Amino acid sequence: MSIFNKLLLSAAVVAGLATSPVQAEDKRIALVVKALGIGFFEAANKGAQEAAKELGDVEIIYTGPTDTTAEGQIDVINALIAQKVDAIAISANDRDALVPALKKAMDRGITVISWDSGVAPEGRAMHLNPSSNALIGNMIVKMAADHLPDGGDVAVLSASATATNQNIWIEEMNKVKDNYKGINVVATVYGDDLADKSYREAQGLMSSHPNLKAIIAPTSVGIVAAAQAVSDAGKAGEINVTGLGLPSEMAGHVDSAASKSFAIWNPIDLGYAATMIAYNLATEKAAAEAGGEIPMGRMGNVKLDDNKEGAMADPFVYDASNVNDFKDIF
Amino acid sequence: MNMQRLMKSRELLLALALVLLVGGIAVRFPAFASPSSLGNVFNDTSILIILALGQMVVIITKCIDLSVASNLALTGMIVAIINASAPGIPVAFLIVIAISAGALMGAINGFFVWKLEIPPIVVTLGTLTIFRGIVFLLTDGAWINAHEMSASFKALPRADFVGLPVLSWIAIAIIGVMAVLMTRTAFGRATYAVGGNPHASVYTGINVGFTRFAAFIISGSLAGLCGYLWVARYAVAYVDIAGGFELDVVAACVIGGISIAGGIGSVAGAVMGALFLGVIKNALPVINISPFWQLAISGAAIIIAVALNARAERTKGRVILKKAEVV
Repeated sequence: MSIFNKLLLSAAVVAGLATSPVQAEDKRIALVVKALGIGFFEAANKGAQEAAKELGDVEIIYTGPTDTTAEGQIDVINALIAQKVDAIAISANDRDALVPALKKAMDRGITVISWDSGVAPEGRAMHLNPSSNALIGNMIVKMAADHLPDGGDVAVLSASATATNQNIWIEEMNKVKDNYKGINVVATVYGDDLADKSYREAQGLMSSHPNLKAIIAPTSVGIVAAAQAVSDAGKAGEINVTGLGLPSEMAGHVDSAASKSFAIWNPIDLGYAATMIAYNLATEKAAAEAGGEIPMGRMGNVKLDDNKEGAMADPFVYDASNVNDFKDIF
Repeated sequence: MNMQRLMKSRELLLALALVLLVGGIAVRFPAFASPSSLGNVFNDTSILIILALGQMVVIITKCIDLSVASNLALTGMIVAIINASAPGIPVAFLIVIAISAGALMGAINGFFVWKLEIPPIVVTLGTLTIFRGIVFLLTDGAWINAHEMSASFKALPRADFVGLPVLSWIAIAIIGVMAVLMTRTAFGRATYAVGGNPHASVYTGINVGFTRFAAFIISGSLAGLCGYLWVARYAVAYVDIAGGFELDVVAACVIGGISIAGGIGSVAGAVMGALFLGVIKNALPVINISPFWQLAISGAAIIIAVALNARAERTKGRVILKKAEVV
């Protein structure tokens, strides 16, 4: 696998070297994702392409490993350094493991930013959160509470136990859950973003907590699997599956009443904003400083905090009233 | 005779371990041992059982098929795409397509092993990547989601028939067919001969290459069938489905006492090996332990089973030597 990857990458490097003189004028921005073939990132790529079109002199290199590993991303980063791209915008599989490779990129004058899933501050110029973690943490428990006026037991089905962003959201959720009367978080389980394991964990939640009223899954694979498990158990309408998911993947489960509502930021906007920021930093039209602002085209400006992190926008809630309008978009 | 008794006792041991495991879990979570919960475990393990039975035939012929999970992902995606674009095509026809596509992929593996004599681990490691790569090429990474699949497509595996879901019945039927195939047919006996001693089986008139080719086709068709079952059960198809599942399948076979060196193994062993893994996978979420321990426990179970198997195989060797010395 890794030999195959390396072959592909060296082929990409050769291709990159061969074409670079022709496009010397264009800024080449690499959008590095957690893994290829994930709907969310494919949509982010659409946004990046939109930004490139708007800017005119930008070429997007959409790339990533074939599985969600830090090792795979390091190989990709090294190949991009060899290609001498102008900027790397990465959604990281590991907060710390990528730092040395990204530092090397920055030493060679490449602008590095992280988006979606962050890198430690020393490995990037800035980080773009899709939304503020506090807003997401609040949103996922609010969506569960909205349909439980009398309160009840809810459980969390996350991705892997080490997933950076899921853990932060759950932490933020736990800070504010007491604001919702009667909401009782009984368990947090991990489906590792595998359909079969998430399905089994959801079944496990239903059997070990007979009074369960809602499952909060802040991960797109988990929420789909949990909704399917709830429908199969004949508990659609009884247990509400909510969390973060894509409209295209959740439309069927909203129809079956297994999920009353779910949220997501718009990944198209996210890819668009990340590209705009990378472009503005690479062309030195803006600087990444604590307390400073960086323009993101139609998305407005992002304000950076002391860790040079900024939030793009509020998460958007989808339910039976609007999911069908978005299911063909992403 | 001696060897057969040993094998029987190994299956007995495994059955005992399975009962102990369920008993141990029931102490912590009594509802786990209820008939409906055990039915759920069997149903959840059905796909693993079917794949393990296919893998068993291949391993008995002294080969290995690492491409089963990728085969499953590709056939699953093919039928999902057909269903999404032409919902009118009956599900029975889609199942035939799934089995044929799987068989074709098995035949590709088998062809390279038979005619070009490339080691099976190399061939199937290659096709593992190729098949999954094709899924990506077919879809560009897009998912086929629940709302794009027809209701009948999703309904079949979970439809209730005499108290059990159809998915469970399919697994039971395949266990039956495989048991007859392995113990009551010339082909079944040929697989044991080919794996046990390939050179000797040539002299008994068995076509070693063809037997392996056929074994890969069986493994491939079962993986193809599972492709439909998986996609219909989880109501979603994407590039990564069943990623790494081939390791579970091989692990189920190894736990079930099927010798990686070929020639030894039984349907009952493969089924129990799969159930052993299935029980662990289904029990870990309900007994409430850290996800980091879950991985360690699954791994430990595999190593213990392999260690026991290795011991059993070594004893077998000694027995034969002792006899030889006596004679």
